[in-house]
Amino acid sequence: MTEPEDAGPAVFGLDGLDRLVAVLIGEGYRVIGPTVRDSAIVLDELDSAARLPAGLGVETGPGYYRLQRRQDDAVFAHSAGPGSWKQFLHPPRRHLWSAGPDGEFRPVPPGSPRYAFLGVRGCDLAATGILGRVLGGGPQRDGAFERIRQSLFIIAANCTEPGGVCFCASMGTGPAAGPGYDLALTERIDDSGHWFIAETGTPEGARVLAEVPHRSAAAAEVQSAQAEVSAAAQRMGREMPPVDLPALIRDSRESPHWADVASRCLACANCTMVCPTCFCTTTEDVSDLTGDHAERWQRWASCFELDFSYIHGGSVRQSGASRYRQWFSHKLGTWHDQFGSSGCVGCGRCIAWCPVGIDITAEASRLVELADLAQEAETRREDD
Amino acid sequence: MTEHGAQLAGSGIFSGLSAEELELVSTAARPVWFGAGQRLFLEGGPARGCWLIHDGCVALDLLVPGRGQVVVQTLGHGDVLGWSWLLPPYQWHFGAVALQPTTATELDTDLLRTLAEQDPRFGYTLTLSLFQACVQRLQATRARLLDLYRSPHDRR
Amino acid sequence: MTGAEITSLAAEPMLPVPYLVAGRAAETHDCVTLRLAPARDSLPPFQPGQFTMLAVPGVGEVAISISGDPAAQDGTLTHTIRAVGAVSTALHNAALGTPLGVRGPFGTTWDLASAAGRDLVIVAGGVGLAPLRPVMLGALADRGSYRRVCLIAGARTPAEFLFRSELAAWSRRADIEVELTIDQPAAGWDGQVGFVTEPLARLPVDPARTTAFLCGPELMMRFAAQALLRKGILAGDIRVSLERNMQCGIGLCGHCQFGPILVCQDGPVVSYALAGPLLTIREL
Repeated sequence: MTEPEDAGPAVFGLDGLDRLVAVLIGEGYRVIGPTVRDSAIVLDELDSAARLPAGLGVETGPGYYRLQRRQDDAVFAHSAGPGSWKQFLHPPRRHLWSAGPDGEFRPVPPGSPRYAFLGVRGCDLAATGILGRVLGGGPQRDGAFERIRQSLFIIAANCTEPGGVCFCASMGTGPAAGPGYDLALTERIDDSGHWFIAETGTPEGARVLAEVPHRSAAAAEVQSAQAEVSAAAQRMGREMPPVDLPALIRDSRESPHWADVASRCLACANCTMVCPTCFCTTTEDVSDLTGDHAERWQRWASCFELDFSYIHGGSVRQSGASRYRQWFSHKLGTWHDQFGSSGCVGCGRCIAWCPVGIDITAEASRLVELADLAQEAETRREDD
Repeated sequence: MTEHGAQLAGSGIFSGLSAEELELVSTAARPVWFGAGQRLFLEGGPARGCWLIHDGCVALDLLVPGRGQVVVQTLGHGDVLGWSWLLPPYQWHFGAVALQPTTATELDTDLLRTLAEQDPRFGYTLTLSLFQACVQRLQATRARLLDLYRSPHDRR
Repeated sequence: MTGAEITSLAAEPMLPVPYLVAGRAAETHDCVTLRLAPARDSLPPFQPGQFTMLAVPGVGEVAISISGDPAAQDGTLTHTIRAVGAVSTALHNAALGTPLGVRGPFGTTWDLASAAGRDLVIVAGGVGLAPLRPVMLGALADRGSYRRVCLIAGARTPAEFLFRSELAAWSRRADIEVELTIDQPAAGWDGQVGFVTEPLARLPVDPARTTAFLCGPELMMRFAAQALLRKGILAGDIRVSLERNMQCGIGLCGHCQFGPILVCQDGPVVSYALAGPLLTIREL
């Protein structure tokens, strides 16, 4: 058994990955990771590393996602699937409280699951941090979210296989995973075998790593892995235009572009469901037939819902254009005002799962174009 | 400038007039007072006279068959009462009655119309002043039409 | 409340605290003022402008501004509720003794104290008078700290004014200026007839020493703010109370967004300097 306080990155093979999962399960963690189901790579509970999608990659584009057989047996060589880690941190449905005829309100006992997330990419790791600021960084905090996050064990995966819809590099969230992981793995398949270079992020990560047979990584191995991740940054499918997006969005509120998107957007809310940072919820009240027993539940909501902004008599945002503008402006603009960062991590899910293939980066670029055209017209008018 | 001229200058409605124009208008002006309940004019009557209200409250009303005299608008400090003297058929469309003791400056509109015909520039400025008052009244009336305080259940 | 109780309430900000309907008074045909008493623990005291989330178990929860006297120390909460939807109708119909759930108080305040030494111009449209009532009561309780106190209240008809006996009492006082105006002609009314901006436009003001507090339908607040701006009052001296869909009241559900503002946390009381430009954007 190797010693806990290793100086640098470690290396282990597939058997080490098996052991890692087994150790975590043995410690009572529910290990969540990518696995194949229904022709997609989804996130689900794993009972062993054998469940990982070995040898599968994905081909993605606007409104397009397909699994692909790879030449190798890589387990992390695929980009974001339809589910994100938020479904575990911020569940789609949650029972908040129950009330009885005695007028008392009883909270639901927290069933704090201990999750170990295996294979969290840079974009998704950043998304977890963003959710932490939204749900746990304000004057009021979501206690259930905080309890889950506190006991969370994160194994990040540095990405070497960006997808066609990915733009994490231009959002500053990848392809290398940022801080916030307990362990970070970079998968390498070469002539000498199938390896994982593991870096420790926390003492808990080091402790768990110590339970997995490994050796120290050679400098060349580490450099080679880093080079692959850096190279991945050059192979992004697309990029967000490098402009001051919040200012652009503020100035574009009356842009004719929103009507243009609305002519395509179905307001189906797919984008908000697959987005790893969309957090909006709605409360629902149910009672039994006697009316004596009532419950309040919380469920995921979407700003695309027609009655999302309903106040006495009607919704404030009725048109599709206003609702798309709300989602886009919040994600890339007013999120900064509210939570101090962008809400977008560049995972590209909204592009892949939009049934009409709306590309948030293309829409942003179009806004830049329109703003530039308006600026030119203004300058010409002044010169006249 | 006469006292009337100064008063007119201070009112928002005639603030667009030049000092000379204000003096012209003030030659047509005299102070008046109405007691509570005193009627200034009835709808249908010949429209002569225009009042700049200083203090008090004047109601615009109309006889609605079956409902009696209905007050549609009240006016107070700074409001101009009476526009129909400017346009044919020079008849009051509503009546006006003081609800409270009211002081006002009454303008001789026959003289004003003569002055306006002689000096189109003055006529234009005078008309614009009255038009502004009309627009403000119309906007407030439209706001009332929107019935903003209604219950959402009133789906009309 | 003990430290442990405060902690437990804070730990579960979505859990209502049980209150009972201790008093009810009909204001108009569709508005009622409820006085709520705690079943056990009281919530923290409120400041004028704040709201609570009122829960009717099995029906739902809504954000309602507090309309009571901020100086009252009896632990009760007063809300004036108009029956416009399922929850507000259930609240409106709640009989004495009905158990309800309350969370709060939440949101920003009218910050009356910052207007000390100045003229107060309070403009209320319809049920907007309810969130402004604590401002009036606060100003009257400390009358010497303010110069003029002017209330302009508009309603559809005479019967739809809230707090009619209080309005009559305030009208009789020599140290407050009260102007009431109705939108629709009404028989038996010898007061002002006109939109609330009309007496407002007529009001003589000293712009440099005036702070205005507006509450009512959004369009009414916009028109009133424009009238105040035309009189030279600065946008930063005008405060409005905004309203948006609220599911949580604590900044976690996303519904109450208004551009960059979360109405439950950055509002409901917002300076018109911030709100004004946002209010002109269609469907923001």
